[in-house]
Amino acid sequence: MATKSDSKRVLEVSRLNVEIPVPTGMLRPVQNVSLHVDRGETLCVVGESGCGKSLTSLAIMDLLPSKAKRTCDHMLLSGDSVFQIGERAMSDIRGDRMSMIFQEPMTSLNPAYTIGNQLAEALQRHRKVSSDEARQRAIYLLEKVGITAAAGRLGQYPHQLSGGLRQRVMIAMALMCGPDLIIADEPTTALDVTIQAQILHLLADLQREFQMGMILITHDLGVVARIADRVAVMYAGQIVETGTAQQIFNTPEHPYTRGLLECIPIPGKTRRGERLGAIPGIVPSLVGHMQGCHFASRCPQVSNACRSATVELLPTKQPGHISRCLLTQSAGAETPQREGAAS
Amino acid sequence: MLYYTLKRLGVAVLVAITVSILSFSMIYLSGDPAVALAGEGASNEDIENVRRVYGFDRPIIVQYGGWLVQALQGNLGHSNYLKAPVASVIFERLPTTMLLGACSLAFALLLAIPLGVVAAIRPNSLIDRVALSVAVVGQAMPSFWFALTLILWFGITWRLLPITGTDSWKNFIMPSMALGYYLTPAVMRLTRAGMLEVLSSDYIRTARAKGLRPLTVMFKHALRNAIIPVVSLAAVQFGFMLGGSIVIETIFAINGLGYLAWESIQRADLPMMQAIVLVLSIFYILLTFLADMLNAFLDPRIRVA
Repeated sequence: MATKSDSKRVLEVSRLNVEIPVPTGMLRPVQNVSLHVDRGETLCVVGESGCGKSLTSLAIMDLLPSKAKRTCDHMLLSGDSVFQIGERAMSDIRGDRMSMIFQEPMTSLNPAYTIGNQLAEALQRHRKVSSDEARQRAIYLLEKVGITAAAGRLGQYPHQLSGGLRQRVMIAMALMCGPDLIIADEPTTALDVTIQAQILHLLADLQREFQMGMILITHDLGVVARIADRVAVMYAGQIVETGTAQQIFNTPEHPYTRGLLECIPIPGKTRRGERLGAIPGIVPSLVGHMQGCHFASRCPQVSNACRSATVELLPTKQPGHISRCLLTQSAGAETPQREGAAS
Repeated sequence: MLYYTLKRLGVAVLVAITVSILSFSMIYLSGDPAVALAGEGASNEDIENVRRVYGFDRPIIVQYGGWLVQALQGNLGHSNYLKAPVASVIFERLPTTMLLGACSLAFALLLAIPLGVVAAIRPNSLIDRVALSVAVVGQAMPSFWFALTLILWFGITWRLLPITGTDSWKNFIMPSMALGYYLTPAVMRLTRAGMLEVLSSDYIRTARAKGLRPLTVMFKHALRNAIIPVVSLAAVQFGFMLGGSIVIETIFAINGLGYLAWESIQRADLPMMQAIVLVLSIFYILLTFLADMLNAFLDPRIRVA
């Protein structure tokens, strides 16, 4: 599955916005989100529930609920625009050049069809292959995702499989056409803890083997630490900090990121009996326009300027590391970089 | 699947036995059958004679056993009015009623399922409201009145269709519409509700994420799951139509089972009524069993339990 562009960039999204009309006004769950993923790279998008990370991924796939409207400057998949190209052209791309794994393996497979049918269908939609070839590909990928006796599984129905197995089937299904980009939206949230680790290792291995770009959406920082190349931290609809995994974990700039990191115990660092951090307060409502920094109401280092100024993403001392905070230790740049160009 | 089939079959047999007891006891519903058979002005002696000849003096359980053995052999008794075996009269009329039922069901499904699907794709749109009106009107309108209206327009005003008889396929158009329309609202609402639920499910999102065409998503992935309850409803309603055709067959003078039932009621032809009730009930039971089997075929969660 050769990509037409030799550039390493698989996905580039600039200033993505999602708006959903609600009775009290306009809900803006995703605001000016810019991100990019290179081939063979894993970008982890982290943030608490309701911060807009799932909607961001659905907006990229153009699978938002029909009421939701999205806008953006541009959205490029391996150099080709995938924004407002029409449902027909978009459906040619979905499942072929980019595919998605969902949070709920228990309900994401159609109960009326065998998994063999549902796997083959993904390939036959996009490639002119015989049903036998599709079957061989399905068996190959089921073995790749660690399912034993794969050929026999093809005739089984989803209700005959456990949650972990179903999620493996979903992963195999996403890989059927050899996509450039794979978006995994909290793929392990609904699974047992022991299965979670297996599935994550599997995803990381497959991503490396097939040299795909991967966006992994999660609220589990432990997961991020293990498999992320780069991290984007989202809060209240915005990316508040993005950088390499090392930058985010070792030198977090944004108070929200620091708050998040204090919430997780680190073996060897967190002393016994030491209190874990918590971020007080609740996420602000995202209906209508908000003044100032979104995190101002919960930030321990808040100043008056935070409540009125529009805070842009600012570069830090390290290249590629940006933070949406007035306190950001800038590299000395006088003029703040524009958001669109920043990422 | 075998276990499931046997279980359903067992239930069907139990229901059939219950029904046979009920229809057997119909003979005693209108009082002493010997008195009724002997006719008006019969002497006590005559009545006792009739009682002995027809075996009404035996214990009830023996009478039922004898009747059941006869019925299983296809002997459903003798019509006093038509002077003919009940079974042969019934099976002569049955095909007409079955044909009418099938046409009505086809009419109902062909109208209701597409309407339900379209209404679910665009909820609260104009077409959804039109479909809702169709449903409400259908539910509110008695079928005999609808049948008479059809006759008035298509038969008398415009002279497009024959009003009575079973001479050609044209004769079946109005009765099928009148009988089938009754089922339309239920099927339509069930299809709409099922589609709405299925369309918002996770596996539809998965299907779209695979890049499948909207028509594939709609028919292969959505309708297949939404249709399962509709199939059960339709199969059971088909049985209901066989019984419900009494009114329609009478109005259109169709020589079917329903018409026969109506005639027999008027003639107080008890063996005939008894047999019709039994035959229709057995059909109903068979159709329910068929609905269960169809459900298992459509829903692997039932099949491979």
